[in-house]
Amino acid sequence: MATETLLLRGLFRDSVTLMQLAAALEAEPGIARASVAMASPANLAMLAESGVALESIEARANDLLVVVEGDDADALAAALERAAAMLDGGARQHAAPGGEAAPPRPRSLAEAVDAAPDATLALISCPGEYAAAEAMKALRLGLDAMVFSDNVSLDDEVALKREAARRGRLLMGPDCGTAIVGGVPLGFANRVRRGAVGIVGASGTGLQQVACLVDRHGAGISHAIGAGGRDLSRQVGGTTTLRGLAMLAADPGTDCIVLVSKPPDEAVMRRLLDAAGAAGKPVIACFVGARPPPELPANLRFAATLDEAAALAAGTAGAAGPGGDPPVPRAAGPGRLVGLFSGGTLCYEAQAVAAPLLGRILSNAPLDPSDAWDGESGRHLMLDLGDDAFTRGRPHPMIDYRPRLARIRDAAAAPGTAAILIDVVLGCGAHGDPAAALAPAIGELDGPVAVGSVCGTEADPQRLSRQEAALADAGMVVAASNAQAARIAARIAGGGTA
Amino acid sequence: MSAGGPSGPRVLNLGIAAFGEAIREAGGSAVDIDWRPPADGSRDAGLALAATVNHPRVEAANRLAFDRFLAADPRAMGIAPALAALPGMGERTILHAGPPVEWEAMCGPMRGAVLGAILFEGWAGDIDAARDLADAGGVEFDSCHHHAAVGPMSGVTSPSMPVWAVENVQAGNVAFCGLNEGLGRVLRFGANGPEVIERLRWMQGELADVLARTLAAHGPVELKPLIAQALHMGDEAHNRNAAATSLLVKRLIAPALACGADPEAVARVFGFIAGNDHFFLNLSMAACKAMLDAARGVECASMVTAMARNGVEFGIQTSATGDRWFTAPAPVVDGLYFSGFGREHGSRDIGDSAITETAGLGGFAMAAAPAIVRFVGGSASEAIAASRRMRAIALGANPAFTLPILDFAAAPAGIDARRVVDSGVRPIVNTGIAHREAGIGQIGAGITAAPMDCFVRAVRALHGALAEAEDGPA
Repeated sequence: MATETLLLRGLFRDSVTLMQLAAALEAEPGIARASVAMASPANLAMLAESGVALESIEARANDLLVVVEGDDADALAAALERAAAMLDGGARQHAAPGGEAAPPRPRSLAEAVDAAPDATLALISCPGEYAAAEAMKALRLGLDAMVFSDNVSLDDEVALKREAARRGRLLMGPDCGTAIVGGVPLGFANRVRRGAVGIVGASGTGLQQVACLVDRHGAGISHAIGAGGRDLSRQVGGTTTLRGLAMLAADPGTDCIVLVSKPPDEAVMRRLLDAAGAAGKPVIACFVGARPPPELPANLRFAATLDEAAALAAGTAGAAGPGGDPPVPRAAGPGRLVGLFSGGTLCYEAQAVAAPLLGRILSNAPLDPSDAWDGESGRHLMLDLGDDAFTRGRPHPMIDYRPRLARIRDAAAAPGTAAILIDVVLGCGAHGDPAAALAPAIGELDGPVAVGSVCGTEADPQRLSRQEAALADAGMVVAASNAQAARIAARIAGGGTA
Repeated sequence: MSAGGPSGPRVLNLGIAAFGEAIREAGGSAVDIDWRPPADGSRDAGLALAATVNHPRVEAANRLAFDRFLAADPRAMGIAPALAALPGMGERTILHAGPPVEWEAMCGPMRGAVLGAILFEGWAGDIDAARDLADAGGVEFDSCHHHAAVGPMSGVTSPSMPVWAVENVQAGNVAFCGLNEGLGRVLRFGANGPEVIERLRWMQGELADVLARTLAAHGPVELKPLIAQALHMGDEAHNRNAAATSLLVKRLIAPALACGADPEAVARVFGFIAGNDHFFLNLSMAACKAMLDAARGVECASMVTAMARNGVEFGIQTSATGDRWFTAPAPVVDGLYFSGFGREHGSRDIGDSAITETAGLGGFAMAAAPAIVRFVGGSASEAIAASRRMRAIALGANPAFTLPILDFAAAPAGIDARRVVDSGVRPIVNTGIAHREAGIGQIGAGITAAPMDCFVRAVRALHGALAEAEDGPA
């Protein structure tokens, strides 16, 4: 029988704690006997009487002595380690009496990392003026970060992405509304099925639209990485998109990659296409509204619209293509097209689809700066109501449909309106039942035709099919995609029926 | 990929709580952070803070400072006159609590105590002459903390006053604190009448003498285990010292009777100690000062080594920045007032006794002292919550001090100035309330919190030092 001791100097514990600890140690495998006591002369004498050899221990009433006896040296060492952990590990067990109160929530990323050392990613949605600091903390703490917050300056974005690159971390955003990482929805994300399509998008609703259409085609998403709307600008240089592309290229769970954004800076686009060419798996690039470059690497396909990108990706992943156009109830054109969007990329895509059919379209986010909307009506118009100018101090139009309802009624009352085009975005964080909110305004329409699409999935809380059915019942022409809806609306406004 | 893998990311959710909920509903893992804008909303200070978070130099420095603090072993060694004991003490110097403050700017209780100390020292014959002397610049003033000392309330310590000498035998540094006068009309609250001076003279004579002889007979008193035991008996070692005072009497009574002192003097001394539940406070403070001084002087360490108030300003010091004070206006204390008094009578927060909170006692150990939580304006569950809350700003926990009601969890200790700024959790301080006029004494007790600005300033200084170090030659 061997004896091992642990002497903890200046560590005071009450006798009940000591006895409980001794009992716990005796229950350990390989421990024949355990004693835990303050090392007072009396206690040492008692231990000696009971046959424990303690020649080397100097009696000190304020030292805590742990003695374990057994045959297995490893077990003795393990028991002493356990004892030490239990004696100061109490620091981590702040249970209230009766255990009724939960421990307080962490107040900072640093504290949260202490409590959850296995954390991998910080999702930051605080007010924008503080977001850069929080993202910097996340990177410094070894985390990836998704910055949902907007109003982060371009300088801060560049600095953060430089820091992320230096540390080998992923920084999604800022103003990254949605991402899906490892099947986990982040921000305003849709519940899409898991699969082999990876997406990198410098565009929130573009990414959402592709993910939801891939899901509709029966395929699924491995990861959807949001880069933030400015990532492919000259100043930022595509840092996050390039890193996301590399991560997806290396990810064994991703068979093909979709790149989604508005038209990038030209130099950045070349770098991106080079990187895509080296990805080693099929890549579909959808730079909404951009012309395909003359030469493409062999593994790269260019898609003009988000639905084309999704179909290609789902096809590559081995699923079926999209269906035909839904019927249009009445001829309403020729006349004016009014698009009212909650998704910026969806608004942009609709312009790219409709402009070749209708000519110039005014917008607060126009394809061409010369088409900037200055408040005038009477011409084709597409508004991104999620733009800062409309949301300052108000909820986002994906959450609050009232501003859109008012504009639908205004457009219907204005002479010459033939088609009203809208997007409905589902997902966690979005309005709980958009169809119910929209139905009355759509039902009132007798002249112009309402055309729209729903960006969502069956697994979303609002449920895609239920929303589509309710909107169709209310009289909306429900297309399967935003691009399809834009095409239908443009044909109506141009004087056709579908 | 780093953010993915088969099990998905493990998310820290900062901002919109619904995002955390959505992640959990989808089967993912998310911890929601109870976030608010750091640095009381100063974006600029928040960015400075961010640059220090998980900074390898700061982390290593704090580990070193905190380990030295944990390793400290403070023992009451003896009693000596301040002039002989305190490093750098001048013959015409009066020390006071908190960061430095000029005579003209001192609050009522501190001015009263200074005048009392001048009378006690015999530098003036009456109050008017004492005031003239101070007005004429005939006295030098300095912070107790600049002389390895601390003092409760006004903290006024003059050259002839006896002080406890508490040595951290682990590192050899010594800290000092005067002897506690009791409650009522006492110098530390600004009283300076004849009975106050007379008591001080008796303390300087018989009390100091008997205690010195007793300590010599007993040998050094180990203070850490004594405080640990007192925490298990309902003290938090700042506003409640009844158990620790009793334990001290228990340790000292036999040596006192055997030390050769006049038995009647021993009886008077122990009668005085037994009649003052706060007698141990000054030893607790000196012990805390000795532990924290061990953590001083570690470059880049953001660990707070002192919190102290002079009745005008609240100041803190950090390990890296030595004697430099980071100050903000001292708060008015929320608390319970004795009958006839209210907030309008209270002095601003005053005293070096926040050294106990700096060392993880007092408010940080509030869960240990349910008996006084109502006195400081709360319920027992609030006291428990307070101790738990302080973990947010602590570098760690002190296994020497455990809290029975929290399943013997170690009390949080080692305030990290960065964590205060980051979390918005300000260190709580249990404190007595002095009447704003000199000499009326204690009129209540309560709880206050260190001002955020002190910590913001400390973090800015740290940020500046780091930036300088990184700009310099590699």
